[in-house]
Amino acid sequence: MTAGPRRTALDAVHRALGATMTDFAGWDMPLRYGSERDEHNAVRTRAGLFDLSHMGEITVSGPQAGEALDHALVGFVSALGPHRARYTMICAEDGGILDDLIVYRTGEQEFLVVANASNAQVVLDALTARAAGFDAAVRDDRDAYALVAVQGPEAAAILGALTDADLAGLKYYACLPATVAGREVLLARTGYTGEDGFEVFAAPADAEHLWQALTEAGAGHGLVPCGLSCRDTLRLEAGMPLYGHELTAATTPFDAGLGRVVRFDKTTNGGDFVGRAALEKAAADAEAAPPRRLVGLVSAGRRVPRAGYAVVDADGAPVGEVTSGAPSPTLGKPIAIAYVDAAHAAPGSSVAVDVRGTREPVEVVALPFYKRAR
Amino acid sequence: MSNPQHLQFSKEHEWLTAPEGGVSTVGITAHAADALGDVVYVQLPEVGQAVTAGEPCGELESTKSVSDLYSPASGEVTEVNQAVVDDPALVNSGPFEDGWLFKVRLDGDPEGLLSADEYTAFTGG
Repeated sequence: MTAGPRRTALDAVHRALGATMTDFAGWDMPLRYGSERDEHNAVRTRAGLFDLSHMGEITVSGPQAGEALDHALVGFVSALGPHRARYTMICAEDGGILDDLIVYRTGEQEFLVVANASNAQVVLDALTARAAGFDAAVRDDRDAYALVAVQGPEAAAILGALTDADLAGLKYYACLPATVAGREVLLARTGYTGEDGFEVFAAPADAEHLWQALTEAGAGHGLVPCGLSCRDTLRLEAGMPLYGHELTAATTPFDAGLGRVVRFDKTTNGGDFVGRAALEKAAADAEAAPPRRLVGLVSAGRRVPRAGYAVVDADGAPVGEVTSGAPSPTLGKPIAIAYVDAAHAAPGSSVAVDVRGTREPVEVVALPFYKRAR
Repeated sequence: MSNPQHLQFSKEHEWLTAPEGGVSTVGITAHAADALGDVVYVQLPEVGQAVTAGEPCGELESTKSVSDLYSPASGEVTEVNQAVVDDPALVNSGPFEDGWLFKVRLDGDPEGLLSADEYTAFTGG
């Protein structure tokens, strides 16, 4: 073990740019370079450049790699077409979410699993244990990749100047091996911002070169470096869950309204997978009598409902809890995601959030808060 | 941004002007504004309210967090900056100027405050 947080291959770049750094899941990451609101707006209207090298990459390969992942995860991974990606989850036997993941099919017998930094070790350990009975190898590739994301409406134009890859043919949630600025990378059309964009998995030694090339290519497109602060407000506006907030080991995918990621219809391994029995019960419960629902809240005031604050009814009785909240740059008002009792969860319902002792009225809305025009 | 020499500073990152007619102006430092990030909501004490040195008298809310506003001196609030309530971004754009927060009629000489150089050293230069 080394003391202090880990640094990405782009650490010197962030410091040269004057970034405000923060400890995030054991990594020293850029929180923002200037104004996080300006960074947020740049991604919505032009483009932003992110260092996401803290994300945890795990490669699963071998003749039974797909079957192993079908067993280990809730998704139907082996059914993924070549170079396609899928949002999925890994659950415990009791149905609780251990992490949410993106899985890329990088080869006929190879998959790249991308876990949250905070859960990467848990996911690696679980995948290793769960793949034991299969002809498949699980490899810790956390140090093998730097990850840089270009997000925003100008992302394709910026990347297009640096690669011959067929970007028009690269669909959302697809990936392909490509050469970008002369370096071999895995190029994926994925992101966590609600905008079009790309994630570039590269060798750490190539990270600075790629960052500088993207910065130069983006100069005429309004691209700015973006930190984790705006990444959080971007994903919040897009209604995307964050592990540790909306998703925890105490919630199932059905609690979070994401039951669609659980593929009871998988045909591999006789349809069995880790957590199946518990998740079938969770699915039935959610159908019969949904306990709490994950909803959006919009405040007419200026104080921000934050994670952990109670949602209360007109009498001040608790009816839910905020899981994430922030001032929304796009909507110009405070927004939040919260688990709210089903009786108060219909869009249009009026509830309130206890903001440090003051009841701030909020309206329940359907997620997401923001959806880009296509 | 360097810390203006004519101000005094608290370890809670507020600044205080030398009194004019017994009244000093209070704000937060550029260092504090940088640490907060974009300020989105400012709650100030009310005119006429008594504030006590080192005790919370308001709130500053940014994208990522909420922080208490501490009064750097004891006294009675004589004026608040409505412009900063209406446009909290002034705290970021001009923490020592347009982003001032409130004025206080001092109850005696403020104690335990730092000079600009001392505050600069306190915040790591």
